[in-house]
Amino acid sequence: MNFDFSDDQKFLKDEARKFLQANCPASRVRKVLEDDSMAYDADLWKSVAAQGWLGAAIPEAHGGLGLGHLELCVIAEELGRVVAPIPFASTVYMLAEAIMLAGSDAQKATYLPRIAAGEIIGCLATSEGPGAVSAATVSASVEGGKLSGVKIPVTDGDIADVALVLAKEGGQAGLYLVDMAGVTREALKTLDPTRDAARLTFSGARAERLGGAGEGLNLLEQILDRAAILLAFEQTGGADRSLEMAKEYALERYAFGRTIASYQAIKHKLADMYVKNELARSNAYYGAWALNTDASELPIAASAARIAASEAFWFASKENIQTHGGIGFTWQMDCHFYYRRSRQLSLVAGAPRVWKERLVSHLERRNAAA
Amino acid sequence: MDFNDSAEEAAYRAQVKIWLEANAPKAHPGSDPEGSDSLAASRAWQAKKAAAGYACITWPKEWGGQGGTPLQSVIFGQEEAGYPIPGNPFQIGLGMCVPTVMNFADEATKQRFAGPAIRGEEIWCQLFSEPSGGSDVAAARTKAERASDGSGDWIINGQKVWTTGAQFSDFGIVIVRTDPDVPKHKGLTMFWIDMRDPAVEVKPIHQMSGGSGFNEVFFTDLRIKDSQRLGGIGDGWKVSLVTLMNERLAVGGATGMGWSQFMEVARQTPGMDGGPALKDSSLREKLADWYVQAEGLKHTRNRTMTALSRGQTPGPESSIGKIVSAVQMQDLANEALEMLDQYGIINDVDLAPQHGGFQSSVMFAPGLRIAGGTDEILKNIIAERVLGLPGDIRVDKDVAFKDMPTGR
Ligand SMILES: Cc1cc2nc3c(=O)[nH]c(=O)nc-3n(C[C@H](O)[C@H](O)[C@H](O)COP(=O)(O)OP(=O)(O)OC[C@H]3O[C@@H](n4cnc5c(N)ncnc54)[C@H](O)[C@@H]3O)c2cc1C
Ligand SMILES: Cc1cc2nc3c(=O)[nH]c(=O)nc-3n(C[C@H](O)[C@H](O)[C@H](O)COP(=O)(O)OP(=O)(O)OC[C@H]3O[C@@H](n4cnc5c(N)ncnc54)[C@H](O)[C@@H]3O)c2cc1C
Repeated sequence: MNFDFSDDQKFLKDEARKFLQANCPASRVRKVLEDDSMAYDADLWKSVAAQGWLGAAIPEAHGGLGLGHLELCVIAEELGRVVAPIPFASTVYMLAEAIMLAGSDAQKATYLPRIAAGEIIGCLATSEGPGAVSAATVSASVEGGKLSGVKIPVTDGDIADVALVLAKEGGQAGLYLVDMAGVTREALKTLDPTRDAARLTFSGARAERLGGAGEGLNLLEQILDRAAILLAFEQTGGADRSLEMAKEYALERYAFGRTIASYQAIKHKLADMYVKNELARSNAYYGAWALNTDASELPIAASAARIAASEAFWFASKENIQTHGGIGFTWQMDCHFYYRRSRQLSLVAGAPRVWKERLVSHLERRNAAA
Repeated sequence: MDFNDSAEEAAYRAQVKIWLEANAPKAHPGSDPEGSDSLAASRAWQAKKAAAGYACITWPKEWGGQGGTPLQSVIFGQEEAGYPIPGNPFQIGLGMCVPTVMNFADEATKQRFAGPAIRGEEIWCQLFSEPSGGSDVAAARTKAERASDGSGDWIINGQKVWTTGAQFSDFGIVIVRTDPDVPKHKGLTMFWIDMRDPAVEVKPIHQMSGGSGFNEVFFTDLRIKDSQRLGGIGDGWKVSLVTLMNERLAVGGATGMGWSQFMEVARQTPGMDGGPALKDSSLREKLADWYVQAEGLKHTRNRTMTALSRGQTPGPESSIGKIVSAVQMQDLANEALEMLDQYGIINDVDLAPQHGGFQSSVMFAPGLRIAGGTDEILKNIIAERVLGLPGDIRVDKDVAFKDMPTGR
């Protein structure tokens, strides 16, 4: 049994933590949160690119480090711990993963080296309005290589250079790579201003299909499975940090002549957080294994990782505020960074409700086959 | 990262498989888990394992073990679970009581007890909980006093309760009060006793679930030798911690009715619109949650095994098992009852789906949430030992035991 990261991967994780402690303190996150003109932390983005993290899982032949997905997982966890305000998920977990999964040789050669070098930011544009995305919700369309339609909300849509867009061509859904030059973007007010989102209006933008015709929804599922696992590591990192913040505060705060950490209501709350966080971590590890080996269990493992991590981060981030009392409800405290990010991460790749349905459908099929 | 055995682990597993295929029972030994037939079957299986060194794999060879690693023990357990093996009434003894004896008794005592226990010839029980306290074992009132004849013997009087397996046990370890004038943790002492002594009376307790797995045990002037003492006089609490440390490893998770049994029944049960209940979205969401929890526990165990495989001490994550599985057992079984609607009330193995498994889970789950540490005590343990939060304020710490407030 060897169900853990290797020493090298743990070393990378330690290094990533040190790097982010130095380069992504809470004050940087706050700056992005408060400064409306700052969509993301461009300096951090550059230094993360210089570390090679954007290309951690991209093959060396395409300018990446050629490490693997396990390495990307440990980096993701550390980015989640510090709620890094950069378009890492959109660019790496979504765009790069999509191209590695389904791109033609030419597409790989065009995009992957530039992603690894930090030259392009990506985004995934699927939603057009309230509710879960399905074939029925797609009205964006492609004709003669030109895309028209509106996508809202698109995380990092306001800063992206390349969009991967779900649209229909001849009535069939496909995924299209679109150069963002000339696309109309309007920044949106969102719950998590450290991860901006936009409304994108495409009016005859040049679009190049990724993968087969009519394969869009299928491919999207596969991309989201991969992204879900990496996002689960970010969520686990955020959930662990929320528990630590609650613990540190509870040990220092006095009420009624004793630390609040000495009250069982608080102790049991923190124990509940710990249990959920460990369940999330174990599910995320299984996801990491499935992702790294491209196992047939990937969709099930991804769903479980996403559901457990979404639940753990939501619970830890809200109960961290609760543990802080009145001060936890203030703008000055950092607790709300995590609360906001937990919402962003739970929604960005489809809400847990949708993943629960997918999980059970997969289990039904698996059990029927067995 | 993978789930593969190392070369040595694979070799060990292969050896275990061959042995089990040749020796393990192929058919279930009978349906009554508390019947004497199954006790005989349990003893026979235990003796076979002992003869081959598989009964207590991690114990040293000189005591009948194999001198193996914890992981080898897990591997054997995994493979053994694939056979219809009889129940294991030796777990409390071999997992908790006998290790305590081995830790604290003299050489002759160890020689006397190790072999028969490992071979399943003698069964042990753990006599800790009392009417005055199960979570608070240190509140024990059963007392041991020196015999007045100068022999050094001890006379025990009092009562234990919830003693699993006392009805068929040969020996037990018992924590008793030897000094009521000092604070409660300091006045306790541990002994081993002969459960067949006429001064020990065992009365089965009828559980709410119907069975009688545990008992009240009364001591009336039970006379024992000082050589039956385990550890120093007044050191009983420290000794009990050794026992309970082993308990955390011995108490397994809930088995039986899980998400896959639920799903199977949900396929066949009509739901709200006449189609299968499995199509009801509220049930599907819960099914997803239970699956994710069960997977989380499974992979947490895999993480623990990995630490063992690497020769490391497992992290604290292994402490979450019982609390999650016992609560889930209750919730999942109850949801199954509600899915069956009016029919869910039927508790008949011939009529209820899964031979009434969900009904018996509903009735047994309350006990599982209490046995081996209640939900609340386990949360305290996670908060204090894993997260490092302060212990509860203790009003009984510096008070002599005899002056402590008591209630019902
Ligand atoms: C929106 C808002 C409006 C407010 N308006 C007013 C106002 O108009 N006037 C005013 O005077 N105040 C006001 N307050 C303050 C509010 O009453 C306090 O924030 C609240 O009583 C908690 O106190 P605290 O913030 O000091 O947290 P603490 O008391 O430090 O609590 C921190 C955590 O410890 C827990 N805790 C504390 N003691 C115990 C215990 N004995 N057992 C178990 N857990 C414990 C708490 O539940 C909490 O989770 C307001 C607060 C908010 C958020
Ligand atoms: C099936 C079964 C088998 C058992 N087998 C054995 C056995 O073989 N040997 C043996 O010695 N015992 C055995 N027990 C006893 C078991 O260990 C105790 O029942 C258990 O520890 C709880 O003790 P209690 O019943 O006295 O409840 P109490 O300790 O009185 O607890 C009552 C309630 O108060 C809560 N509570 C207590 N203290 C605290 C606290 N500090 N903070 C918060 N809440 C608290 C508990 O969580 C519980 O909800 C068994 C019990 C069961 C159900």
